[in-house]
Amino acid sequence: MGFIEPKSPAFNRRDFLVATLTAAGGLAVGVNLPGIAGAAPLNGVPWDDAVPDAGEVNAWIVIEPDDSVVIRVAKSEMGEGVLTSMPMIVAEELACDWTKVRAEYASAHRNLVEKGVYKSMLTGGSGAVRQSRVYLQQAGASARARLIAAAAKRWGVPDAECQAADSKITHAPTGRSVNYGAVAGDAAKIQLAAEPVIKTPDQYTLLGKPVARLDTKAKVDGTAAFGIDVRLPDMLYAAVVACPVPGGTVKSYDATAVLKLRGIHSVVPLANGVAVVADRFWRAQQAALAIPIEWNPGAGAGTNSAQFAADYRNALKTGPLQNAKNVGDAPKALTQGDLVEALYEVPYLAHAQMEPLNCTVHLQADRLDIWMGTQAPDITTGLGAKLTGLKPEQVFVHNCFLGGGFGRRAINDELVHAIAVAKTVGQPVKLVWTREEDMRHGRYRPQAAIGFKASLGKDGMPMAIQAQTAVGSIMQSIKPMLDFGAMMGPGVEPLAVEGLVNMPYAIPNLKVDAILKNTHVPVMFWRSVGSSQNAFAVESFIDELAHKAGQDPYKFRRKLLEGKPEFLNVLDVLAEKSNWSEKMPAGKGRGIAIHESFGTIVGEVVEVAVNQKGVVRCERVVAVVDCGHVVNPLTVAMQIESGVIYGLTAALYDEITVKDGAIEQGNFDSYRMVRMADAPRIETHLALSGGTKWGGIGEPGTPPIAPALCNAIFAATGKRVRVLPVKNTDLGGQA
Amino acid sequence: MIVLTVNGTRHELDIEPETPLLWALRDEIGLTGTKYGCGIAQCGACTVHVDDQPVRSCSLSVADANGTKITTIEGLSPDVSHPVQQAWIAEDVPQCGYCQSGQIMAAVALLKAIPKPTDAEIDENLTNICRCGTYPRLRAAIHRAANSI
Repeated sequence: MGFIEPKSPAFNRRDFLVATLTAAGGLAVGVNLPGIAGAAPLNGVPWDDAVPDAGEVNAWIVIEPDDSVVIRVAKSEMGEGVLTSMPMIVAEELACDWTKVRAEYASAHRNLVEKGVYKSMLTGGSGAVRQSRVYLQQAGASARARLIAAAAKRWGVPDAECQAADSKITHAPTGRSVNYGAVAGDAAKIQLAAEPVIKTPDQYTLLGKPVARLDTKAKVDGTAAFGIDVRLPDMLYAAVVACPVPGGTVKSYDATAVLKLRGIHSVVPLANGVAVVADRFWRAQQAALAIPIEWNPGAGAGTNSAQFAADYRNALKTGPLQNAKNVGDAPKALTQGDLVEALYEVPYLAHAQMEPLNCTVHLQADRLDIWMGTQAPDITTGLGAKLTGLKPEQVFVHNCFLGGGFGRRAINDELVHAIAVAKTVGQPVKLVWTREEDMRHGRYRPQAAIGFKASLGKDGMPMAIQAQTAVGSIMQSIKPMLDFGAMMGPGVEPLAVEGLVNMPYAIPNLKVDAILKNTHVPVMFWRSVGSSQNAFAVESFIDELAHKAGQDPYKFRRKLLEGKPEFLNVLDVLAEKSNWSEKMPAGKGRGIAIHESFGTIVGEVVEVAVNQKGVVRCERVVAVVDCGHVVNPLTVAMQIESGVIYGLTAALYDEITVKDGAIEQGNFDSYRMVRMADAPRIETHLALSGGTKWGGIGEPGTPPIAPALCNAIFAATGKRVRVLPVKNTDLGGQA
Repeated sequence: MIVLTVNGTRHELDIEPETPLLWALRDEIGLTGTKYGCGIAQCGACTVHVDDQPVRSCSLSVADANGTKITTIEGLSPDVSHPVQQAWIAEDVPQCGYCQSGQIMAAVALLKAIPKPTDAEIDENLTNICRCGTYPRLRAAIHRAANSI
């Protein structure tokens, strides 16, 4: 998700001065993570101001008498590793024994009633570290200072004579020491005259070191509880069939027959479909499939993907285009020199996270409990209130492990369905979308057509580039659920042109235009958002220009990046690590791409083999990353591997297509995934520039993979892939 | 009456014989470590062992599983001591973790059939989907487990 670029964390030091025992808090709050904190989400106990926890040093940190440290995490764990990286940031300053640390989700309810004590709980924009690092460090430092003050007070010595390390405070002059657990209760009552200064990177002892994830054990023994695993007493199950055409509604249905089936509780009409409620999910699902339903397809009726593609291409010609960036005079410069033109097209893409959307709710007269995996528990709270008419303070979100998110779990369509059902059944209900419902009722990466023009000078270097995109507006599409319009500011929606307006190359005349055009197909944040299609277009086009100029694509980029040492460093390390200058055998090729997104520069070199039949095999990917500083290098490597595979799957195989208004793909047989046999070797190298930069890592691995792949295919075959996915281009028959 | 012996415990279930084993495990018996991912035997998140053979439980009816011995992720070891679980921990395989029960059960079955699999044999036999793209670490963990068994 790219909609929130890092602002300087809105940190107010006074927050920590007042966050003491009196603020009330407790371990009973929110959701404990099995395998980490030892309790199951279904036991999530409501916030109760009457049960403060004596060991709570501040809202983020609880230290138990046995020295164990609970660190609360206000971001959602969907694979990106925040349940480890966020606690590492706190622990760096807390000077606690890392082996005593447990992670726990922070309570969205507490965030509401304590007016943002956990800041934004939205997980997106590769922003967990970038948004929260400073205030998490401050929370850790503040707690450490108070632990020291409590010990010093007990001993009657000055704070300055005491030191903290490994969950212990020592007073060297007298040789005394005390464990954190013994003074945590006193520390909670300490008010500091001034907040301590947080460490600078050269002082880190934990950050930057590879640390094993805290959630691994729970994920190898089956105990990690995802939303779909929630089980409540007296819980019913619901399955949904929604109109195959997005935006359509139900005209009529006949539930008579299925209501007689075993275990069926009721059939509930939804705004866009029908839910069947039963005592078991499988019974609900079978019944839902058996109900005769007549649909009102709505505005999308009769549409198809070929027409959308033509519409997007035409929009580039007919406009009106809105200018997003204008440097020099590109239209004029394009009349001089050698003109190069190319049109790139990308399809809708589904998130296809492994855990289909699901939600368990218990709606009572004065209270709503929600169990699900959500990327935005704050927003979920507000949506729950809106849908039920309850006050937000009466809504309790119990966030679970997310079986993948990639942006999809930022908008809770499944909650809308679950609340509609809960209003009629009067007991807890777990609503699960089947894989088919999940894939056909997604909010997709927008389809787009992106046209490029360049004029090359006598030296082969571009004098001007004009980039024009016709693409769906995410903000317009999500507005009924999530109105982020104000956050976007004036001008062209940044999500549509990110990756284009900030292309790093020195182009004397640069013009970027956009036309935003939506179909009935909903669009949203998909891992790396606008960069997912725009990096493909930019980095493919730069490669085309390099070949047109008869220059090496790495050296060509290098020339265009003069004066940008961070980009040059990534490129140079990449060329070295990927053996760029070594020749490839016939039928094989190397391709390069570099892109900055979410504050991080990633360069990737892909090696492909293309056989006589045109089958592409991605054999090796070398990635070089500059995210400035690193919290956990293990997480960085894992996220680059993940981002590469995610982007490779899309580049090679995937498209969400529309026929007669309906989404054609419904499952992994028609929406193919990269599997073990297709997965390349992936090497991740760091080329860190340090300084003040802390880049994101969840998404930046994705944008360069599609262009690097297609550039490698060109190197291997001489055929340029300008339309994704690659499978739609015939690459057979080359030498 | 359907009789399933799951992780050594006998269960008698009064359910429709066409019920997929997956839903019997999850909703009747309450073993939620086995995951629903696709329902059509594509993704492998529901992989369990039926009479020691790896099976995609979303596509096997309880009628066809009647009388069998079933092992799920919960029955692999009481304390994550199984060499495959240990290898998964050592290689830091899981990200979101949703597919990993199935990946582990598939890998355990693979290593029983082929104790020292080559990369090609891993490619051929481990066909489960991981949307987080943990394949490089999965491969390393399988080799690690093979060397430790």
